[in-house]
Amino acid sequence: MTERGRKALLLAPAGIWLLVMLALPLLVVFVFSFGERGAAGGYVPAFTLEQYANLPARWTAFKNTLILAPLGTIAALVIAYPLAYFLAVRCSPKWRTSLLILVIVPFWTSILIRSYAWIFILGGRGLPALLETIGIDDVRLINTPFAVLVGIVYGYLPLMVFPIFVSLDKLDKRLLEASADLGSTPWRTFRQVTLPLSVPGIATGCMLVFILLMGEFLIPAILGGGKVFFVGNALVDLFLQSRNWAYGSAVAMTLVVVMLVTVSIYMKFISRLGGQREDVSLM
Amino acid sequence: MRLYAICVYLFLYIPIGIIALFSFNAGRHASQFMGFSTQWYGKALDNPFVMDALETSLLAAFITACLASTLGTMAAIALQGVTGWLRTLFDAMIYIAIMIPGIVIGIATLIALVTVFGWLNPLLASLWPDGANPPQLSMGMPTLVAAHTMFTMALVIIIVRARLSGMDRALMEASADLFATPWGTFRQVTLPLIAPAILAGFLLSFTFSFDDFIIAFFVAGSETTLPIYIFSSIRRGVTPEINAIGTMVMGASLLLLVAAQLLLRRGASKSNN
Repeated sequence: MTERGRKALLLAPAGIWLLVMLALPLLVVFVFSFGERGAAGGYVPAFTLEQYANLPARWTAFKNTLILAPLGTIAALVIAYPLAYFLAVRCSPKWRTSLLILVIVPFWTSILIRSYAWIFILGGRGLPALLETIGIDDVRLINTPFAVLVGIVYGYLPLMVFPIFVSLDKLDKRLLEASADLGSTPWRTFRQVTLPLSVPGIATGCMLVFILLMGEFLIPAILGGGKVFFVGNALVDLFLQSRNWAYGSAVAMTLVVVMLVTVSIYMKFISRLGGQREDVSLM
Repeated sequence: MRLYAICVYLFLYIPIGIIALFSFNAGRHASQFMGFSTQWYGKALDNPFVMDALETSLLAAFITACLASTLGTMAAIALQGVTGWLRTLFDAMIYIAIMIPGIVIGIATLIALVTVFGWLNPLLASLWPDGANPPQLSMGMPTLVAAHTMFTMALVIIIVRARLSGMDRALMEASADLFATPWGTFRQVTLPLIAPAILAGFLLSFTFSFDDFIIAFFVAGSETTLPIYIFSSIRRGVTPEINAIGTMVMGASLLLLVAAQLLLRRGASKSNN
């Protein structure tokens, strides 16, 4: 057999699989988003922009996603950064690997079960009962945006810590010593040396978390109790409850487009940030 | 600084600890600890719905992991040195598979397959001889495995490709110069070197498929996987039985991941030597 033939034979199964199970389904969503809903649900072929015109009906889901996804990303960043800094710079190398593994381990266990744990803590007999004993009454935590935010930070913290750790770990520690030797305060060293050099890690972490959050379903479903819902929850509702495929497809297409646009704006912003830093270092 | 780190670790592990603790609760109430007991583990293991769901999940995860690691490795090896439109197409599809939210992949697969099956079923019926029952295509185990394999195969291609690119190509050229057949080179040179990556890909695929809720929720049809069972039970309320199941699932995924980590590390240290 020729080299070419052998390669084609090895590539064919994976290629066909990706075409049938990825490209075809996404194409179907694209086509269906211009169709109409059948009388008993499902899809009727048509070419109309009606479904897209109807998008404002699900504005709340988009609004929640577009507020809580960035907010959750920032909250995760704020909590993750000091930990990553501690692991990379302050922690003794003897403990570093074990502590790092301890951060990553929860990420690889089911997010379903980990989110569910917070029903205990935030539910009526958890934290609110504890707060009652110290005199703070009537605190509702579960099924609020706060609960969803806690679930998000909890679920995605490891994904944020890891890339920041990697960028801080690569940082040449002699730079920090040089900065201190030149009489700079620890805070100034952090602000002018450490932080700018860890921007790539921050950028990667934020992007990973943000992309996953845009399609989130489980955390709002479990901790938002139907009151705080994301686009993901609207999609489940549209496809499994009301079987409105055409409209659901339009919502899904919009979600993907919004995600891609936000991510590309973000990347442009980050690369500009990187570019500016280079200009400064050239001077 | 150290205090802060301790706080974050507590934040990460207290919820998991609470689940594990309450799974040993003797009382029925979810939020009051009434004494130590393993009764909920017994109840969970005796529950036929739980065991059915576990069997479905394990079977789907095993077939997914076998298919994904085989097809993904084949593709990663063949993609070496491939350039042009074919390379662009593959890279684009792998990128899309990783980027697109799982929920969109789930719904897209659902409506595409239901539509295709809607065309194929009458066609099959008309081709079948009269009297015999024609097969009915529907959502179920095969579609679940197909969807999980698509995503995990993309992961395997990335993992194996990373390992291949770190490999010395001269080894393969030397093998070919010494008149080894392509198959011989693969079996005696390439395979032993990339085996840790393949195995890690296998374990990751298994864990992904076993833990996945959102794709399975759409494409599993009438099959109930363990995450689907847990999700619908949570909706009905918190029970110690779910805590026991959760603790067992977390324990099992942990073991698999530790195994994957050890394999990857052993592979890395071997290639450094």
